[in-house]
This record gives sequence, structure tokens and C-alpha cells, in this order.
Amino acid sequence: MSIEKSDIEKIASLARIRVDQSAVPEIANRINDILKMVDSMQAVDTADIEPMANPLDAVQRLRVDLVTERNQREAFQAIAPQVEQGLYLVPKVIE
Amino acid sequence: MHNKTLAELSKGLASGDFSSSELTKHYIGRIKQLDPTFNSFISVTEEQALAQATAADSRIASGNTTPLTGIPIAHKDIFCTAGVKTSCGSKMLDNFIPPYDATVVEKFNQSGVVSLGKTNMDEFAMGSSNESSFYGIVKNPWSLNCVPGGSSGGSAAAVAAQLAPASTGTDTGGSIRQPAALCGITGLKPTYGRVSRYGMIAFASSLDQAGPMTRTAEDAAMMLNIMAGVDEKDSTSMDQPTPDYTEQLNNDLTGLRIGIPKEYFGEGLTPAIEQAVQSAIKEYQSLGAIVKEISLPNTALAVPCYYIIAPSEASANLSRFDGVRYGYRCEDPEDLLDLYTRTREEGFGDEVKRRILIGTYALSAGFYDAYYKKAQQIRRLIKNDFVAAFEDVDVIMGPTVPNTAFEIGEKSNDPVSMYLEDIYTIPTNLAGLPGMSIPAGIIEGKPAGLQLIGNYFDEGRLLNVAHKFQQATDWHLQTPASQIKRVER
Repeated sequence: MSIEKSDIEKIASLARIRVDQSAVPEIANRINDILKMVDSMQAVDTADIEPMANPLDAVQRLRVDLVTERNQREAFQAIAPQVEQGLYLVPKVIE
Repeated sequence: MHNKTLAELSKGLASGDFSSSELTKHYIGRIKQLDPTFNSFISVTEEQALAQATAADSRIASGNTTPLTGIPIAHKDIFCTAGVKTSCGSKMLDNFIPPYDATVVEKFNQSGVVSLGKTNMDEFAMGSSNESSFYGIVKNPWSLNCVPGGSSGGSAAAVAAQLAPASTGTDTGGSIRQPAALCGITGLKPTYGRVSRYGMIAFASSLDQAGPMTRTAEDAAMMLNIMAGVDEKDSTSMDQPTPDYTEQLNNDLTGLRIGIPKEYFGEGLTPAIEQAVQSAIKEYQSLGAIVKEISLPNTALAVPCYYIIAPSEASANLSRFDGVRYGYRCEDPEDLLDLYTRTREEGFGDEVKRRILIGTYALSAGFYDAYYKKAQQIRRLIKNDFVAAFEDVDVIMGPTVPNTAFEIGEKSNDPVSMYLEDIYTIPTNLAGLPGMSIPAGIIEGKPAGLQLIGNYFDEGRLLNVAHKFQQATDWHLQTPASQIKRVER
């Protein structure tokens, strides 16, 4: 499988990364090199193989639903690019 | 003092040969003098280190110590440190000062270990050469025109150049073992789940694991004693007994069954590295071990499988860097979408963006089954190879990397050839097994690594097997002394 330049724009938009038009051919070439390298997987018959998400096949531990963290809003917002009255500021979304 | 191992420093502190403050000042001095050449640190926390050293000296005076109390070490800049910049090698986090400590850092702090600072690394741990760091390349202390490996390249270079007696590292596809091999030090990637990932900035969550980077296996055991253990803040950490790893170090190796995977000695392996590995295996035979050839038939699929799984998980993990709550934000965003897309364009480097794009593609509608699900199935085949092998052997050995340290710039324009450097380390991460690299030779002035792979949660045996080799040989004692002298002048 290989990807076209138009695919790069679509993927970049899904990934929320702006890509300069002039860089698209180079990115497409590099990604195609990598896709060519991973293509050897397609020749392997994996019909009955259960996909493995965790190397120990472990599942998430459950815990009692209790509040364990204290509120640290001020500490967390001290490192934010822009806050006001305890709220994170972003460009206006609704006109 | 900088020639000493952790074990020796521990004895020196206990017997009052020197204080933690003296030791810490000594290392800070070396970093100031030498690191402008190597660039192994992103941040040096002198003031904090000296305060920690003073506190450690009081602890030592009152007898309230652990074996590493008062010893200064370095932390890879992927571990969150409260109040100290944690960049992960990225412009995206150049202004990020975490409000909390990673569990690993907290455990070292509680043990009275001094932190010298934060070491350089490939951006978001994505790389095998340390060339993708926002903070510039790191030079290999053995050969200044060569890379130190990556992604824990700063940690490895700092230990090799004796700017720190030990460092923490992380390993997603070889990022502890490969730089350890290229810089001639000892590096251990524990079993997935052995060490808490809490506060360790995530790259690929089902593969990432933290471990020690040291001069000796004994030192790695001392570090792992602090690092290992279940953590309620990391639901993937495993509730398994954690032995005292220093206790098994001297176990006899008579009858140890070593498996040599034939797939690790194929095309692409530098003949001199193969010879170094074969000599090491002979050494083990003389220590009483039994050597068997084994097969890990799906080895060639590991790199392809990894380059779907790791970027896919990275694309999800790195979606959190959006310029809203912390980290870099672009100037004058027009609207919310512009804020996200330009922040991410400007904040991430090329390799990170490439991997996010590949991961996004592999997870996107219509391609998921062909890529991500397929890779997860192949991942199980790779694990099954190891499970079958460990029915007949106790430890698996081979080269850590196919080549010695390559030149800066040699592979930076060819990602696929860089990826193939990790062909022997990646399978271990996919399977979740513990792996180690120990020095086993010097080829044209550059170190070669021997890789040891153990069964699940069998770090104690790996450290024992590595320690016995280091008792019988002196490769781990070799240092790039002549290079460092040249820099000192």
C-alpha cells in the first residue's frame, strides 16, 4: 500500500498538524518508504491469531470509586499558556 | 571519585571517605567543565543538587540511610520532576515545569539520592541517535564525531564520560540498551510493568519501560531495587514480588542454559561484533553455562510490527499536546483549529510529526485491520517465539546492535536504515521481556554490546548473569579516558 499527496493532507488534518504544501511531497516519500518496510507483515497468515494489546495480556486493575486526588487547579494552571479566573483561554469558538 | 561505581561510592560515603556534598560538587564541576563538549545534559540543577546533598549528609550522620543515600545520579528528561523543567527533548515542552514528580523520581528522592539534572534525549524518545533532540546532538564520549545512540543518548554519554555515576533511562524499542551498547555501559530494560510509568512522558504505552543505566550490573541491581514495584498510579504496573536484586548477583552459573538465536547473527551484523559476542559466549561456557542454538522465527517481522504499533500509540498519546493547558502555544492563533494545528506544526520536530502521521494513518478508518490489528497479531507471534524458546533455555544472548556507533549525520536522512539499527532490541519490547546490554568488546576504539534477554520478571537472573561476566572480564571497566582527557585540556 502507498499513500498519495492528497492522503497526507487528510491524515495531517486528522492529526491536527498543519503541514506546509511545499513539504507534502517529501513527507509522502518518507512515509511511503516506511509503509514499504512494514508491508512484509501482509504476507503472514494471521487468521486465527488473537491481537495482543498488552505483552502480559494483563487487564486494567479496578479500584474502589473514591476521590483520591486533591484539587490542584492553581498549580496546574500556573503553567498554562493563558488562563483567566480559573479557566483556560482559547480563541473564541462561538460568535 | 568519578571512577567509582555506585557500590564503591556507597561504601565511601558510609565510611566517611567523602561527603555527599563533596561528591555532588565534584560531579557538578565535571559537568560544567566537560559537558559543553558532550551536551549530555539539558538541565543541570546545581542548587537543588547541593541542597539534596546537604540533606543526605544529615541523613548519613543520623544513620537513616539506604544504600544509595547521598549518591548523585542523572534523570532522563522524560521523567517529570516537580519544579524542574521536563522537556522530553522537545520544543513543545521547552517551558514545561511539572507540578509533580514521576514515581521513579519520587522513589529516588525518598531514598536520599541526589539529582544532578536532566539528560538529553531524542525528542519524545523517538530516535536511535539523539539527533532529533530540540537541544542539539549529543556526542559519543568514545568518538566525538559519532552518535551516542538513542533515545537515552544523554544518559548513556553522561555515564560513559563519568559526569554521573548512573542515570535513569527509558526503553520503548531499545532506548536503554542501544545507547548503553554504543557508549560502553550497562543498561537494563526491565519486564513491562516492573517499573511504574507514572510521570514518565508517554511515547508508546504498551512498550515503554524505565530502567537503570550504570557502569556495572551490580550498580544496575542497586538502582532497580529502588525503581521496581507496583504503583497504584500506574494501572499497568504489575503486582509481582520484588526481590533484593543484589542478593542473587553471585549465584553460580553452572548449568545455566543459554539460547543463541540464529536469527540474530544474520546479514547486516558487523563481523567484529559477532566475534565479540562469540567470545563472550565462550567466556560463559568456561563459567559452566550450556549453550544451545535456538530459533526466533518471526524476528524479521519485529521492526515492521513495531513501526505500526509504536507510532499508533504515539499518535494517541501525543494528541494531548494541544497548546491549551501547558507547553508551547503558537503566536496569535486565528481560531481554535489554527491554535491546535500550528502549535503542533511548530512545537514538534520532523521525526515526531512523521510518526504521528504514520500512526494516525494506521489507525484511520479503512486501514485499521490491515495495519494496527495485523501488527498486534504479529506481536503475539513474536511473543510466542520467546515463550517457546524459554521452555528450553534460561537466558537468550546475542548482539545488542548490528553496528558500533555510527557517525553523526550518517543515517539522519534515512529513517528506515535508522529503524533497522534496533532489529535486535525491538522484539524484547514487543514481547514485554526484560533485556540488558553489557560491554563485551571494543572495535576500532568503539564499544560493542552483548545483549541478554530474560524470562518475564527474571531481572534477578539477568543481573546475576551479567555480574558474573563482569567479574571474569574487564570490558565494563574500559572508559573513553583518552578522549575525555583531550576535552579536559
